[in-house]
Amino acid sequence: MTQDRTEMSEDDDDNSQSPPLDLRSAAIADHCSSSSSSTPNKSRNCMALNSQTFPDHVLENVLENVLQFLDSRCDRNAASLVCKSWWRVEALTRSEVFIGNCYALSPTRLTQRFKRVKSLLLKGKPRFADFNLMPPDWGANFAPWVSTMAKAYPWLEKVDLKRMFVTDDDLALLADSFPGFKELILVCCEGFGTSGIAIVANKCRKLKVLDLIESEVTDDEVDWISCFPEGVTSLESLAFDCVEAPINFEALEGLVGRSPFLKKLRLNRLVSLEELHRLLLGAPQLTSLGTGSFSHDNAPQSEQEPDYAAAFRACKSVVCLSGFRDLMPEYLPSILPVCSNLTSLNFSYANISPDMFKPIIHNCHRLQVFWALDSICDEGLQAVAATCKELRELRIFPFDPREESEGPVSELGLQAISEGCRNLESILYFCQRMTNAAVIAMSENCPELTVFRLCIMGRHRPDHVTGKPMDEGFGAIVKNCKKLTRLAISGLLTDQAFRYMGEHGKLIRTLSVAFAGDSDMALRHVLEGCPRLQKLEIRDSPFGDVALRCGMHRYYNMRFVWMSACPLSKGCCKDVARAMPNLVVEVIGSDDDDDNRDYVETLYMYRSLDGPRNDVPKFVTIL
Amino acid sequence: MAYEKVNELNLKETELCLGLPGRKEEVKEEQDVSCVRSNNKRQFEETRDEEESKPPTKTQIVGWPPVRSYRKNNSVSYVKVSMDGAPYLRKIDLKTYKNYPELLKALENMFKFTIGEYCEREGYKGSGFVPTYEDKDGDWMLVGDVPWDMFSSSCKRLRIMKGSEASALDSSSL
Repeated sequence: MTQDRTEMSEDDDDNSQSPPLDLRSAAIADHCSSSSSSTPNKSRNCMALNSQTFPDHVLENVLENVLQFLDSRCDRNAASLVCKSWWRVEALTRSEVFIGNCYALSPTRLTQRFKRVKSLLLKGKPRFADFNLMPPDWGANFAPWVSTMAKAYPWLEKVDLKRMFVTDDDLALLADSFPGFKELILVCCEGFGTSGIAIVANKCRKLKVLDLIESEVTDDEVDWISCFPEGVTSLESLAFDCVEAPINFEALEGLVGRSPFLKKLRLNRLVSLEELHRLLLGAPQLTSLGTGSFSHDNAPQSEQEPDYAAAFRACKSVVCLSGFRDLMPEYLPSILPVCSNLTSLNFSYANISPDMFKPIIHNCHRLQVFWALDSICDEGLQAVAATCKELRELRIFPFDPREESEGPVSELGLQAISEGCRNLESILYFCQRMTNAAVIAMSENCPELTVFRLCIMGRHRPDHVTGKPMDEGFGAIVKNCKKLTRLAISGLLTDQAFRYMGEHGKLIRTLSVAFAGDSDMALRHVLEGCPRLQKLEIRDSPFGDVALRCGMHRYYNMRFVWMSACPLSKGCCKDVARAMPNLVVEVIGSDDDDDNRDYVETLYMYRSLDGPRNDVPKFVTIL
Repeated sequence: MAYEKVNELNLKETELCLGLPGRKEEVKEEQDVSCVRSNNKRQFEETRDEEESKPPTKTQIVGWPPVRSYRKNNSVSYVKVSMDGAPYLRKIDLKTYKNYPELLKALENMFKFTIGEYCEREGYKGSGFVPTYEDKDGDWMLVGDVPWDMFSSSCKRLRIMKGSEASALDSSSL
């Protein structure tokens, strides 16, 4: 088993890196927890010279004061491996813990090692669960974590969850157990409703951040906005754009009025333009705004219309704009006063045509992050390229997300962006037509790319001009973009594309493959050639047992491997499980699966310090 | 294999069958196809043939393209509703209705009128109001002919026709 402790997987929202929860350090953990905590044996102290002049506990105090300044978890993990003394002190001083896979360890292991945690970042389901590739009730329950932490970390301040199953009871326990609780961030979570949110709003009196992002929140018909306590709040960020439930607007207006520190406000689809207008007049200090529906209530237009542009003009600090959930395009020009300040603009819920779009984007010179629907067309992308010279991140989503849809953006838009936005670091691009030439151009024009995700929606589509596979395009990306850490491929791809990836993709940490490749060799190239690979998600590709075996030297150093609709046999998966005892090998099927069937529909495997989980649903078999 | 949530695609609903919308009817013979149906575009006929010869699951790829469902839901839900003679338009979210009876009831409440009885052959009779919709191809269709899911995903706007125009549609369909 090789120890690769340097760089680790990173989601697009992670800023720091995390080495694996090292299995050897786990052994150290076990050893330390059983040894006495008073005077350690001098012979085990690595600072042999100094031990003659200073007692160990003094050295540890010094160390504690120094390690306090270490923030990056990569650095902290490295420090913890120096020796037992450093391990112990690091464990005492780590206040923010990141756990990339909630099943990699048990909550008890967390609380036994780290004693003073104030902030937890926890991720659950693998990303392909977002696309209905995994049955509901698979797991990733927050419950055991919150109940364990309730006893161990009464001083907990922040919880940031992604793709976890969180119940109202969990939220109630959280609100009850942590009197100093400040930040709750739930991204792509589900299992709770407005009643759980109401409890958090009501009981967490020091709450600064309540961010519900892309989560499924059931409408329990609770007026949760009214549950915030009276008086001035500490709220700095309130995001509820994903909550599909009407809110008490008067209560919201009152809440905003007594939240002087509020900087981020993301409204949901059920807040109208008139209501937005009233809020803006009362909160000109906002820096980040989610505009809600951006359309009228069903009221006639004959009365005096509010001056929306004036309201936006008053918001001099807004740099991040999103929402537009049900945009009435004739009102879009109201945002013009803030355009020149914007660094982030999200139009990805608004069906905006090029003609509506161009006058707006023309003013957004400072834009760094831009999300939109492909309704802006290649023409709109050309306008972005002409104006947004500082663009770092671009995401173009399909208005009509079907394989056979028209596809208003193409290689023309991609080419234009590559020529105009030379500082581009991250791109997600859905389209129906693409050429190798455009992808190659991007690889040459945008050397700063770290994330390249291209989704040609029609499966197995070749370069629509030359008819050739998209191998050369993706090959150029891995060759020329020397900083590339995340790659998602699509279109017609042969094993050659994977050969390029294995040869050049030395920094790739996340790889997404769908309907690609010809044979086991393709996957083998990647498993043998990409030493930093952490997260591998593959669907509907012809990779089987031979390929799976090629990665055995890597799996302990990866966060997870997902393979669905690939020709894998149960026998081979069992072999892998047997050979690698610290790897949890889950085979996910449906209820009517024949247990004796050899074919594996979905394989999801990940390393774990605490063995198989104890909450396995009946459609999951752990080999 | 698909793990669809309850309020998403219900394959049974998209199965074509003759009869009133929103009710589960036995399949009738081909000859009973109404005149209204035969006025539909060729495209619709082709679709029907395809759906009858292949099981629906073959043409659906689960989770592809990889767009999260909340994005799909949000892109096409609100449609404008106009009623001949009314001074302004309304907007409704088709997602909030599960079938035709619910939609028609909501329209009746919104515009304070009564829609007649729907029948396959003759459209809506009895009140002089005819609900129509514009589909993705820009054609104006009678509400109720196609299965609900197909309607709700292809409907771009609604128009409730009244009076002489409405009866013209009725007579031309016979």
